[in-house]
Amino acid sequence: MKPTSELELAELIADAKTPLQIKGGGTRLMGLPDGNVLDTSGLCGITLYEPGALTLVAQAGTPIAEIETALAAENQRLAFEPADLRDVLGTSGTSTLGGVAASNASGPRRISAGACRDFMLGVRFVDGLGDVVKNGGRVMKNVTGYDLVKLMSGAHGTLGVLSEVSIKVLPSVEMQLCLRIKGLDPLRAVAAMSAALGSPFEVSGAAYDVNGAVSLRLEGFEASVRYRAAQLVGVLAEFGPIEALDDQDLCTQIWCDIRDARRFKNTQGDLWRISVKPSDAPDLLSVLNPSQAQLDWGGGLIWLTMPSGTDVRAKMTVAGHATLMRASADTFSTRARFHPEPAPITKLSADLRARFDPIALLNPGLMGACHEDRI
Amino acid sequence: MDMPSPDPIVLSRKAELVSRLLQVLPSDAVIEDEMETRAYECDALTAYKCPPLLAVLPRSTEEVSAILRICHEMNVPVVPRGSGTSLAGGALPTADCVILGVARMNDVLDTDYANRVIRVQTGRTNLSVSGAVEEDGFFYAPDPSSQLACAIAGNIAMNSGGAHCLKYGVTTNNLMGVTMVMMDGEVVEIGGAHLDSGGLDLLGVICGSEGQLGVVTEATLRILHKPEGARPVLVGFDSNEVAGACVSDIIKAGVLPVAIEFMDRRVIEVVENYAQAGYPLCEALLIIEVEGSEPEIDAQLKLIREIAERHNPVEFREARDSDEASRIWLGRKSAFGAMGQINDYMCLDGTIPVSSLPMVLRRINELSEEFGLDVGNVFHAGDGNMHPLILFDANKEGDLELCEAMGAEILKLCVEAGGCLTGEHGVGIEKRDLMHVQYAPADLNAQMAVKDVFDPKWLLNPAKVFPLDASDTRRALQVAAE
Repeated sequence: MKPTSELELAELIADAKTPLQIKGGGTRLMGLPDGNVLDTSGLCGITLYEPGALTLVAQAGTPIAEIETALAAENQRLAFEPADLRDVLGTSGTSTLGGVAASNASGPRRISAGACRDFMLGVRFVDGLGDVVKNGGRVMKNVTGYDLVKLMSGAHGTLGVLSEVSIKVLPSVEMQLCLRIKGLDPLRAVAAMSAALGSPFEVSGAAYDVNGAVSLRLEGFEASVRYRAAQLVGVLAEFGPIEALDDQDLCTQIWCDIRDARRFKNTQGDLWRISVKPSDAPDLLSVLNPSQAQLDWGGGLIWLTMPSGTDVRAKMTVAGHATLMRASADTFSTRARFHPEPAPITKLSADLRARFDPIALLNPGLMGACHEDRI
Repeated sequence: MDMPSPDPIVLSRKAELVSRLLQVLPSDAVIEDEMETRAYECDALTAYKCPPLLAVLPRSTEEVSAILRICHEMNVPVVPRGSGTSLAGGALPTADCVILGVARMNDVLDTDYANRVIRVQTGRTNLSVSGAVEEDGFFYAPDPSSQLACAIAGNIAMNSGGAHCLKYGVTTNNLMGVTMVMMDGEVVEIGGAHLDSGGLDLLGVICGSEGQLGVVTEATLRILHKPEGARPVLVGFDSNEVAGACVSDIIKAGVLPVAIEFMDRRVIEVVENYAQAGYPLCEALLIIEVEGSEPEIDAQLKLIREIAERHNPVEFREARDSDEASRIWLGRKSAFGAMGQINDYMCLDGTIPVSSLPMVLRRINELSEEFGLDVGNVFHAGDGNMHPLILFDANKEGDLELCEAMGAEILKLCVEAGGCLTGEHGVGIEKRDLMHVQYAPADLNAQMAVKDVFDPKWLLNPAKVFPLDASDTRRALQVAAE
């Protein structure tokens, strides 16, 4: 099924009797293996782009690449830098705006600029009954009614199938620069990242590879970037020698690799993505002792691989959540992709799904358990 | 303003309600005297008043939970209240409601610089959150004009913005977790010091839900290190259109000021009269503020000057020191007060795409002539959040109604231009009946479905946000289910 208009999408869902596996570009492997595939890539095209207002509206199936090309022509960009997970997940296809929005896909700049959800200004979607719903709009400040835009970001299609998304975009930068500190253990690495992020020097990326180095990114006008880099070197003096990289292509490569978790390409075991308070990351790493790990978001986002079948969640002694990103079919059949939530939250979420998708058509079972009145 | 009739059963059980509340609260936390409850009869939207049945002032999450459990059992509506600074009537009571004020819950619970978060009770005022971390060089970014008085609880309920949100975002972008008490008394923890939700983004929908989904008692907020410095410039133009074009060009050029504020001639004149800030008397004036170190500020302002000069400004004034900086801000910050000096006014809050600014300003002037009411415009231009101030005389019969009718026309205009009814003040009761203009029935149903899930009896902050004719079947259903 591949609707080419919102109306067609609505009719399809209104007529559906059995579960639908919702698929944008299929790069994030978030759909379930069962159900008829509902492919949204036919809903394609940028419908509005106003560079002077920093806003862009596009149909949900529009490739991210197409959006990035349009933005680059005006010297603008997606500030939340959504990851391209094809390499690490072994998928092909083309990442779409709808897929990025539905999974709230946010890269290293999440710590400074914000997450995908923070840049989503409005949505149109079709709920599980086939009703077309709009929420938010295309302006940057909007508190008119409840914010269903946030609710749809990260709902992975379980509350509705996105047909159109409006986003805020930001200007591209004149220059980036990467500071690297080698030889730190996780505790010192997180301390260094915290010191950088707690400074006034607007660090837009703070990551750590357990086998490598702490990387800190600065962006902006050249004079400003160089000034802040010099200041930061002073702030971080106690953490050892600091290397400053200003080759633009190299910096781009470093941060794309971190964003896309490329170091986990072709690695063995289950791949997890864990969100914790940054200062909790070192302890968690020592408890889990993963074969490979990368910290992003100043320590708040941990990517790691564990031997197949390991229950990472059972070993988590700190607040946060772990998403299983890549695993064998066997593991996926026994382990939920998303972290189970406390009972009251589970109930609220299940009740919301039951309201928006009463006959459990939309990626049923992907997030939380299915509700019982499924036909 | 249509409000549902008070529930006679609730009114008749006041004594029983008081006695049950006094079993779980100290006596100074329950206000039942009619003279004293009058203090809660309205918020900053003073055109509407209604004393509540009771007011309660809990000191802890446990007390809030106990209060809500009792009200839930007895089907008593509850109106949560922060500091009562809502401009939209978000805390307007109904005659059969309990006002639940969180003002006594104002502690800082945890300050965590390593993780750049602060945990506070939500009765704490916005400015005092920054105050708690200021000495260590940090601040809490959202800065609504009422920040001296307004509470974090209300900021979360309304998803408040402020002058500096062009760079730092609004409340929802700086809120990381909450402790919330559901209407049935259950306490839930959502989010925390980690980023992003592992499941549905409930925090995202709670923020901005105008106190209708639960009572937020504690919040984890993102704090940032203060910039090294900040400096405003003032730029005057001889037309609104040109000022609007200049805003657009600045944004396109890749400079991201922390604030771009706009004032039109009407406001400039009034403000000059009131505060003598030394503003040039021109058609439109922008205040643009940038941040960073001295050299960074210089570089950004140089670029802004280049862009502005392409638009032939009548004045470009850069603050040379902090005294001049505060003089530039003085007029803007006293604008609402100055307008209030000359007349009663109604402050609107629609947002429009920045590109529609000249058209919308022109139409507002036409409406001003049509209705015979004066309008001043002062607003956050960087993000298109307008604040037209319609001047009227509250003592003149029919003037308030005329003003409201004109306000409605302006808000419809904002929606037609691709914008929305409210950018940062909230819907409350003020814009409730205009929701149909922006949203189709299916859009409102989807929002009300969320309300059904969180507050099945529709007891929390009743008669706000949703037009009564859109919500009456749902509210009736809940009553029937009893």
